[in-house]
Amino acid sequence: MTTTLDPAPRTQDGVTSPPPRTGRVAVALAALAAALALAVVLSVTLGSVTVPIGETLRILTGQDASDPRWGTVVRDLRLPRTITAIVVGAALGIAGLQMQTLFRNALADPYILGASSGASLGVALVVVAGGGGASGFTANLAGLGRAGVVIAAALGAAAVLMLIMLLSRWVRSAVTLLLIGVMLGSATTAVVSVLLVYADPQRSQQFLVWGLGSFTATTWSDLALLVPIVLTGIAAALLTVRALNALLLGEGYARSMGIDIRAVRLTTVVSAALLAGATTAFCGPIGFLGLIVPHLARMAFGTSDHRVLLPGVALLGAVVALVCGLVSQMPGTDTVFPLNAVTALVGAPVVITVLVRSRRGALGSAL
Amino acid sequence: MTRTDVSTADPNGIELRDVTIGYNRRRALRRRSVTTVATGLDAVARRGELTALVGPNGAGKSTLLRTLCGLQPVLHGQVLIDGDDLSSVRPADLATRISVVLTERIDPGLLTVRELVALGRTPHLPASARLSPEDRAVVDWALDAVGATHLAARQFTELSDGQRQRSLTARALAQQPSLLVLDEPTSFLDVPSRVELVDVLGRLAREQNLAVIMSTHELELALRVSDRMWLLDADRTLTCDTPAALAESGRIGAAFDRGRMRFDPQTLVFDLTGDDSRA
Repeated sequence: MTTTLDPAPRTQDGVTSPPPRTGRVAVALAALAAALALAVVLSVTLGSVTVPIGETLRILTGQDASDPRWGTVVRDLRLPRTITAIVVGAALGIAGLQMQTLFRNALADPYILGASSGASLGVALVVVAGGGGASGFTANLAGLGRAGVVIAAALGAAAVLMLIMLLSRWVRSAVTLLLIGVMLGSATTAVVSVLLVYADPQRSQQFLVWGLGSFTATTWSDLALLVPIVLTGIAAALLTVRALNALLLGEGYARSMGIDIRAVRLTTVVSAALLAGATTAFCGPIGFLGLIVPHLARMAFGTSDHRVLLPGVALLGAVVALVCGLVSQMPGTDTVFPLNAVTALVGAPVVITVLVRSRRGALGSAL
Repeated sequence: MTRTDVSTADPNGIELRDVTIGYNRRRALRRRSVTTVATGLDAVARRGELTALVGPNGAGKSTLLRTLCGLQPVLHGQVLIDGDDLSSVRPADLATRISVVLTERIDPGLLTVRELVALGRTPHLPASARLSPEDRAVVDWALDAVGATHLAARQFTELSDGQRQRSLTARALAQQPSLLVLDEPTSFLDVPSRVELVDVLGRLAREQNLAVIMSTHELELALRVSDRMWLLDADRTLTCDTPAALAESGRIGAAFDRGRMRFDPQTLVFDLTGDDSRA
């Protein structure tokens, strides 16, 4: 304290009432945790074959099911798929939140800004160059090239985000920047299409199917790679909470509060590239999750404070991803919808609502 | 003909010594160019005083203020904050000594006034951004100091312009600086809000022993309430003096008289003279 006449704020009666928001946050967190538990149970139980809940619990607690096929279904299919959805939902939610705050734009997310396209390009390069004789695309992922694909995807995502960061130094308008991201995404997607012409037809077919998005293609060994990478990305995101909060006031204020903007940008881009890149490598480029989850979280928690929002989007992202995954599996049938179709059908109305509700109809004012 | 009253014996507040201000222009695909706005600036602003920066549009007031708070580089010369060279202080430390209220309108999303003010604690917080009880106490104090305690639970985006400026001032105060810089805090405000805000700023300067510098177009108000004035002319010279001396010297009139409008140093107001001097 630099003052002399100041009554010294520290000596004021130390009882500071907790902010009124704490209650709402606690309720929302509890509700989300309950929703997550329910979604997990549904995701493990429902599918083309419905496994009775009692049996599911037996399997999950390590006992043998009365029908051995159920054990296989739950252990090797439903559980990996459920964990994948949780991890991917959390990762994309956080990456979306990071992009929206960093670009001060309500419509920013890894998919729209072209990071997912960049990741696709990385994957396509490996698929085309790798050539090798793996029978299927995911089989190829499970082989030697798996780590390579993930690295290529993360690098692709990082490359696109870096390019946008660079352009953002000159482009002040958030809308223009967003459009540049969309253009970059289109260009990258075009390069991917060109690359696929040179790929083995069967592989390009598999690539296209991968591009529809899916939580079901991951195995336990994939998860052993995906989970640590996503946790690393989340850890990097947690390092920037203070800076992201300061950035809510814009770059000028953030700098005036001692925030090193370059360091924050770099950390955030690396973190978002890890999160978006790794999830894209395993599940395909998934749209809308990164875009809508932060908005839903702001509505649920009623704040833009990243201390609340970061865990909030992770939890909410997991729930939304699980629900989308469930819908795409059409429980009780053998029909499988493309995941991206489901996320778009869920996401588009949310985005439109956000835009209509945002004050002055201006982009970015809904943050 | 820039006047200075630089006294090395008393280094408190901010001091400009032969400062050149300007900015690096970044343009895509072109070489970076440095645009100089003003050179040879000397001035002081003391703690405990309200200093008003006045001058016609485009004279470089914002550039000067942004330079003072480290948002733009000092191109030449020295800016001293409590005796320390601005360029030698790490940005993170500078943030605990200088805080700012910028002209740009902000849209922080869903933040209550209390949360917004708490953001002022940023340079004092660990990476987790967790507020200690001390931090919360400072936030309460800052809210109280600008008379915004009753707004604490309101959403920032729902406030009137006057309430917004109060909240932003509280945020700057929560940084616990020794220098508070405000870039045109009175624009967008109606007359009572302007007077109220400037009143609060003068009180903060005296009671908290802060150096407060604000740029303003409210010349007559500034002449009445400020302890010291910086006049940045259209010809880019900076004059630093008391309001009375500045008015007396005729420099105010020289800088602002236009058409039939004449500054009267006795009454400290602008009059409309009968005949147009251009005729």
